[in-house]
Parts: sequence; structure tokens; C-alpha cells
Amino acid sequence: MSDKHDKHKSNYTLDRQMPGAFEGETVTRRRFMTVGGQAAGGVAAASFLLPALGFAIGPIFKSTPHHWESVGPVDMFTDTNYVPVVITLNPGIGEAGKSTAYVRKFNAAIDTDPYDRGTPYIAISSRCAHLGCPVRWVDAAERFICPCHGGVYDLLGRRVGGPPVRPLDRFYTRVNARGEVELGPRFSVNSELKRFSPRDPGEPLDGIGQYMYPSRPGAQKL
Amino acid sequence: MPKLPKAPPIPSALQAPPPRPGESNGKVTPLDHAAEAGTSVVDWVDERTSLSGGARWLMFRKVPKGTNWFYTLGSATMFAFLSQAVTGVFLAMYYRPDPSGGAYESIRHVTNEVFLGQFVRGMHKWGSSVMVILVFLHMGRTFFFGAYKYPRELNWVIGVVLLILTMVMSFTGYLLPFDQRAYWATIVGVNINGTGPLIGPYLSDFLRGGPEFGATTLSRFYAIHMLLLPGLLAALIGAHLYLVAKLGTTAPPWLKAEQNPELREADA
Repeated sequence: MSDKHDKHKSNYTLDRQMPGAFEGETVTRRRFMTVGGQAAGGVAAASFLLPALGFAIGPIFKSTPHHWESVGPVDMFTDTNYVPVVITLNPGIGEAGKSTAYVRKFNAAIDTDPYDRGTPYIAISSRCAHLGCPVRWVDAAERFICPCHGGVYDLLGRRVGGPPVRPLDRFYTRVNARGEVELGPRFSVNSELKRFSPRDPGEPLDGIGQYMYPSRPGAQKL
Repeated sequence: MPKLPKAPPIPSALQAPPPRPGESNGKVTPLDHAAEAGTSVVDWVDERTSLSGGARWLMFRKVPKGTNWFYTLGSATMFAFLSQAVTGVFLAMYYRPDPSGGAYESIRHVTNEVFLGQFVRGMHKWGSSVMVILVFLHMGRTFFFGAYKYPRELNWVIGVVLLILTMVMSFTGYLLPFDQRAYWATIVGVNINGTGPLIGPYLSDFLRGGPEFGATTLSRFYAIHMLLLPGLLAALIGAHLYLVAKLGTTAPPWLKAEQNPELREADA
């Protein structure tokens, strides 16, 4: 810096006898062109980079509307055993958008947790809380068992073995005017069955976990 | 010892032969015309680009004693990449990233009905595993020969980025057949990404294009697999090769330095 610019040299172009200089000018034309050219290039690049970036990361912030789906008449379900139902999480992509949920009637003797009170039906997602493989309900063992990495859950979907980090997710339920059970948005629970907005598999919700794995910005509270 | 020349000479096989006295009698065969045309085309390009100097700089390098077959692993990896690129371009002519059955159907069509389709798809499928294996062997060679040390650290770093990009290529390509294995492997893979604290959930959403595996997930993976990553990989392979040519090849670690004092320029 010091070897290029003489410290005794004036900042004003007029004092430095530059051709075409005018009163009060401190930025030389060469410097003005350099900065202006770089700024123009930056604006040009940003004008396509920023929209493209926003386009790419936009889905993170998109909120999906609540969707209720009828899964069958109320007398299809008992309060002692689960009935598998197929629900559509993503319409328009065929089988890849479907998933299985296990539904049973609320049973005051089993569902003693205060968070479950007032829920007409218990609907458990088949998505394993480890890495998202489909668990199945094994009636004889009264366990949900995951085929991928050996996750095991009890009747309430709480982890009893294997790598899962939290209980199985659940769906909100309601009974519509035609006497059919409807499944609504998914929610996640921690090991005390306290409810959280839906998380992805592999994200613990106990202790510090709920802060380490924040809810997605688009998630809506019911 | 004679002094080493500054630049390596062009091998005699590539040098133009001197004119023979018997041939300058006006008898010109068509073969001479063809050779003349080729030479003039190359000269025309070289006069305007000076590419031959760069080509000579890249190809005719000094190589230390003791180089062996392990030094071919990098080239092997690059040829595996080129094979993936070529077969991938032709597979892309048939592939449809349609999650409601079209993707699986187009792969089935390529495998069962297109002439040599099974072979080309097989080259791409098995070649991806070959490329990953070769990358690791090349990395192991570099590590055990100490070829990552000064001044080649930056090339090691570029190599690590290339390794990661190769793994991302494998991950995104795995979904494309869209069969059960592809679907569930991707579900599990995306969720493994999601287990990273703080940014994990956002990374999962970015990969899926939303909170659930949706209509755009497949096309997203396809675009990353065949547009974003190949360009990045090719550019970084170029940088990797440039540094190899600039810094030269390392001698194997068991080779001792030359003890001949005449070769030392500044001997105190």
C-alpha cells in the first residue's frame, strides 16, 4: 500500500494535476471504473444466483396444508388390537406416496398418558423412528418390529429395543359426520409421549434433542 | 554426467522425418498428400492456440525412478469416470424421472428391450462400484506413498472433495431405478443425513424437496446426479490433473535420494 501510494500525495485529483479533474474529486476515474465494473458483475451474478438459490432451498420453508383422510368406518377398529390402513401422504406419485398406519380405538386402560386423553383413536405411523423403514405390527409379540436394523416398539409405539431414538410417530385422529375415522397430520412424540411437530426419523426429542433437531419452519401447529 | 536439457525433446517417433534425396523428384503419392494435410491442419491449430506446448508440458514429463503399477490407479479412476459419463449420457436418452411408475418402466425398457441396453446399463451400474473402489485404492496409494505431503496438500484436498462428490453421485444415482431397493435405500439415506444436528433436518428437506418423499424428489436427485455433479467432478478432475502435471510425480518411498554429488547444483 505504502509503496504504491505516496503518503504525501493529496487525495484530491485536482491537486495531483490529473487531466479532467474537478473540484472536490477524490476517486480517480480508473478506480471508479474498476469498482463500477466489479459491482456491475456482482449485480449480474446475484440477479441469477439468488433466485436460483431461493428456488432450490424454497421447499424447506414451504408449509403444507393439513390433510384429513378417511380410513374406514368406526366399527372397523377395536380398542385391543391394531388394524393396518393405507394412507396417502403424497398424492400424484402412486405407490411411492403411500404409507401404512396402525389404528386402534382409544383404550383408557392402556393409554394412561395424559397427552392421549381425549383422542378418539390411536393412529401409529409405520415409519420407524430410526431411519424410516416400515415397521410392522406383530400381533403375537405385541410389538412393532422394523426389518431394517431391528428396532422394536411396544403397544404404545415406545421403543423397547434396537437403535430408534424416540417412539413411533402418530397421526391426529377424528371421527367425521359419516361415522368414519379420519387421519390428520402426523406428529412426533418423545419418550414420555409428549407431542411435538413432526420430525424426521433419527432425530431424538428427549432432553437437548428437541433443540438440536428443530421443527421445520413450514410445520403448522394443529 | 551431461547436463539435463531444460525441456524434454520430442520423441523421435513423433518428429517429422527429414526429406530423403530420392523423394524430391516430384513423385508424390496420395499418402503424402494425406500426411501433408494432417500436418497442416495441426499446424494451423497450433499456430493459433500454441496447444502443442501445453500438450508437451502435460504429456512429456520427467518421472522418477521406481514408478510402478500403483501409479496407474489415478488414471484408472479417471477412465472409470469417463466410462460413467459416456454410458450415463446414453442412459439419459431413455430415462424418465417420473415417480408414478415411469422411471421404473423406462429402466425396465432399457434393460429388457433396447439393443445392448442391458450391457450399457450394466456398465454404468457396476462401473459405479468400480469407480468407488478405484478412488479408495488411489487414495490408499497416495497415503501410503506419502504423496500427500508438501507441496501436494492441495491436491489431496481436491481429491477428498472428489471422493465426497463420487459418494454423492452413488447416493443420487441409487434412487434412479426407482424399485423397492432404491426407494427404501434413499429413505434411509436421506434420514441419515437428517441425523446431523441443527442443519440435518434442513438438509433432508433440501434433498427431498419438501417434508415428505414427494413428486419432485426423483427429478431433484436426477438433476443433481446428471447435471450438477458431473460438471463439478469434471472441473475438479481438471484441477487435480493440472496439479499433478505441475508438481510432478512422487518417487516411491523406498527409493533413496541420488547420492551422486555431480547432480547437486549448489553443494555447500
